[in-house]
Amino acid sequence: MPVPRLNILNETIRNLYFHVPMWFTMMLLYTMSFYYSLKYLRTGKLQDDIYASQITNTGIFFSILGLVTGMEWAKFTWGQAWSNDIKQTDTAISMLIYFAYAILRGGIKDEDKRAKVSAVYNIFAYAMMIPLIMILPRMRDSLHPGNGGNPAFSGYDLDNDMRKVFYTAVMGWILLGLWISSLKIRLTMLQFKKENTFQFDFEKNKKDA
Amino acid sequence: MRKTSLLSVLFLLVVLMAKAQGEAPEMADKMRAEGKIYVVVLVLATIFAGIIVYLVRLDRKIAKLEKQQS
Repeated sequence: MPVPRLNILNETIRNLYFHVPMWFTMMLLYTMSFYYSLKYLRTGKLQDDIYASQITNTGIFFSILGLVTGMEWAKFTWGQAWSNDIKQTDTAISMLIYFAYAILRGGIKDEDKRAKVSAVYNIFAYAMMIPLIMILPRMRDSLHPGNGGNPAFSGYDLDNDMRKVFYTAVMGWILLGLWISSLKIRLTMLQFKKENTFQFDFEKNKKDA
Repeated sequence: MRKTSLLSVLFLLVVLMAKAQGEAPEMADKMRAEGKIYVVVLVLATIFAGIIVYLVRLDRKIAKLEKQQS
């Protein structure tokens, strides 16, 4: 597929198919884990806590990939890997917030307590992450397109050929993220059952039927 | 005779200098060559390495569980 010929960016515009879907996938996974944390607090089923935690872990993985690819891209287009761009800084902060989530979970032994504390933390983390990534960078000058009055997703940097590849790539990366999360959820459920004589709700239903 | 040899030396120097200026110094610019396509390669390699590392870690966790099972 041909891409627009732009100065400075040159062929690196193709990184759009890899760097940006990482963040899209992370965003979707964090949103899902936010939903499951809320669900856990409403129902109190440990199954929802496992969903939330493993989906968040996958989201952290995608955010690391997104940050590293972004730094590599920035090194050769913006001149340096880390230019303290507002979006870079805010993303780093939100990543630290989610790292703290993983550490918090590791620090509590009791399952119910861990589930409850981390669900509340996750909801606040999500409420921090959205303004940090989606709102604040748009209010200041940034090197990222779509921020500080720069257009993104417009005719300037995304033509129709790129759109076809980009949306397909986004679908693919999101599906990969969901697959990894589901593998991790299944694994954690097995581990959990191994350590506890515990029955998940859907298993009870299966036996009743 | 002396004049011509001096002129020829001068000419040689000028030619050498022009050549030296025409050739840009060779730097580690592979990443900026060929329309920076190698940056895309680097990004792809990073993602691939990341996924592989993640898969290996998942594999280890599953292996551990399998060991406990038996």
